[in-house]
Amino acid sequence: MRYLDFEQPLANLEMELDKLKKQAENNKDELLIRQIKELENKVNQMRKRVFSNLTRWQKVQLARHPDRPYPLDIIQRICEDFVELHGDRLFGDDKAIVAGLGKIENHGVVIVGIQKGRETEEKILRNFGMAHPEGYRKAMRMFSLAEKLKLPILTLVDTPGAYPGIGAEERGQFSAIAYSIKRMLEVKVPTIAIITGEGGSGGALAIATADRVYMLEYAIYSVISPEGAASILFRDASKNKEAAESLKLTADDLLRFGIIDGIIKEPLGGAHRDYDETARRIKKAFIRAFRELRRKTIRGLISSRYKKYRKMGKFIIAES
Amino acid sequence: MFFKPKKTPPKREKGLKVPDDFWVKCPSCQSILPNIDLEKTAKVCPKCSYHFRISAYEYANILFDNGIEREIGKEILPDDPLDFPGYKQKLEKYKKIYGLNDSSIAGIGHIDGIKVTGFFTDFGFLGGSMGSVFGEKFYRAATHSAKSRIPFIAVLFSGGGARMHEGIFSLMQMAKTTVGVLELEKAKVPYITVLGDPTMGGVMASFAALGDVIIAEPGALIGFAGPRVIQQTIRQELPKGFQRSEFQLEHGQIDMVVDRREMKKTLSRLLKIMTSSYL
Ligand SMILES: [Zn+2]
Repeated sequence: MRYLDFEQPLANLEMELDKLKKQAENNKDELLIRQIKELENKVNQMRKRVFSNLTRWQKVQLARHPDRPYPLDIIQRICEDFVELHGDRLFGDDKAIVAGLGKIENHGVVIVGIQKGRETEEKILRNFGMAHPEGYRKAMRMFSLAEKLKLPILTLVDTPGAYPGIGAEERGQFSAIAYSIKRMLEVKVPTIAIITGEGGSGGALAIATADRVYMLEYAIYSVISPEGAASILFRDASKNKEAAESLKLTADDLLRFGIIDGIIKEPLGGAHRDYDETARRIKKAFIRAFRELRRKTIRGLISSRYKKYRKMGKFIIAES
Repeated sequence: MFFKPKKTPPKREKGLKVPDDFWVKCPSCQSILPNIDLEKTAKVCPKCSYHFRISAYEYANILFDNGIEREIGKEILPDDPLDFPGYKQKLEKYKKIYGLNDSSIAGIGHIDGIKVTGFFTDFGFLGGSMGSVFGEKFYRAATHSAKSRIPFIAVLFSGGGARMHEGIFSLMQMAKTTVGVLELEKAKVPYITVLGDPTMGGVMASFAALGDVIIAEPGALIGFAGPRVIQQTIRQELPKGFQRSEFQLEHGQIDMVVDRREMKKTLSRLLKIMTSSYL
C-alpha cells in the first residue's frame, strides 16, 4: 500500500496493526486479540476522520494516486465480456485510449476510456494517459459504431490532458478534439461519462460531453491543472495547493455548480483501496442512468442533451 | 554604494495595439510608418505585410459594408462564478482600457451586400479568452444565424483558449459553442472561421476547428497546445514556423491563408457560392 503524505498517521497505525496480526498467527492470546480489535477500531475512526475533511489538493492527490483503478481495471470488473478494438483507420492505434465492445448485464455497450498505465513500461506505452489525435479519432469511430448498432456509450475519463507534442499538432490535435466533442453531442444513442481520476481540460471533455456525467468522489475535473494555474497566477508552480482551492475542481464543487449529474461514492480510504467495490458502484450508476435514458426517444434524448450544454455558463444580464 | 536598478517589465510588443500616435514602428521590418497609411491597408505593413493585431470592432469595420448594424448580446456581462483571486479587478481594468465588457462582440452586418452574422474576439481583453459571456454570445449569434438562415462568420484572436478564471464553466463553453455549430449545421447555414494571431487552446479545439471553411491570416499562431508547453514537455527545439498558418495549411488543418487586405473579397466570393444551392 502506497500512502499519501496526509495519510501518514494512518500508515503508522496500520503498520502496527499488521505487526500485531502477524504475532497473533502463532499466538492466540486473548489479550493480543483484544488489542487488535481496539487498534482496528482506532484505524477505522482515524481513516474516517482523515477522509471526511479532505482539502481540494488532497483530493487532487487521490485522483492521481498511482494505485487508482484505471479504465481496464474497471472494465474487467463491470463487463461479463469485453472485446477491445484498435486503430483510427487513418494513422495508427493510440494506446492511451482503450475502446471496444462490452457486455454489461447481458446488454451490449460501447466503452471508451483513457488509460494511464501502471508501471514505467506501461506508462510509456500509454503515454501517461495523454492521447494523440489518433486516440480521439478512434473514439469517434466507436461513437459511430455505437450509433449503427444502437448500443449505449460509456466513457471512463482519467487523463492529465491531451498530449502536447509536435506530432500531435501536425496531425490536428485541435481538430480531433473538436470533432470528438461534436460527434459525441450528436450521436443518436444514450451516452454516459464517468470521470474516474483526472478530468484534464479539453483532452477529457473530448469524450465527456454526455447525457449523464458522473464523477468518482475524489476525481477532479478542471480547465487547467493546479500546477498550470499556479505558474500563471502566482508565477510559482509550487503554489498548487492554493491554485487547487481557487479552481474549485472537485466532484462536490462541480455538482454544486450543476456541471455534473452525480457523485459516485468511493470506498473508505479511496477507490484504490477496493477495486471490486469501486467497480460495483460504477456499474450501478451506469445501469441506473441507462435505464432512465433508454426510455427517451432519440429526438428527446438529443434535444435534452443540447439544452443541457447550451445552458452552461454563468453571466449577468445588464438591465437596459 | 550601488543601487540596484529597478527592473522594468519586458516590452510586450505583440500584445500592443497600434498606438494612436502619428508614427508606428513595424515590429517585423522595423519600418517607421505613418499611422494614416496603416488605416488604408487594414493595418498590414505595406513594406513587409506584417499583420498588426487589431480590435474586434476594427475587424468588423474592415469586413462589413456598414460596420455592425445591430449588436447581439451586448447586455451579457461577465460574472465571477468561482470568486477567483483577482478576476473582478482584471475585468474592471480591461473594461477601462478597451471599453469592452468582455472579449467578444457579435452582430449583424453585410459583406458585399450579403447579410451575415459575425462573431469577433479581441485579444486585448484577457487574450481573447473564452468564458461564459463569450460562449453565450457565440451561441446566441449562431442560433440567430440558423433561425434567419444567414451565413455565420467567426473572426478570432484568442490566445489562451478557455478563461482559467472561470474554471470549469469556461471549459464547458467548448461544448456550448459546439452546440451552436450543430444548430448551424441543422439549418444548413454556411459557417466560416477566420483565424488571427493567435488562435489556440480550447477555442481552436472546439468551434473554431468546425468551420465549413477555415481561413487564417498569414503567420498566425494556430494550435491546441502552446509552443512553450510543448517545448517543456518534449525538451527539444520546435521546427521553424511550427504552428504558424502556413504550417497548418501544409499539414491539411486549414483551407487557406489569406492576406487581411483580401479577406473581405475572399469571404464575399465564398459566400456567393456557398449560398447558391440549386434547391
Ligand atoms: Zn513591416
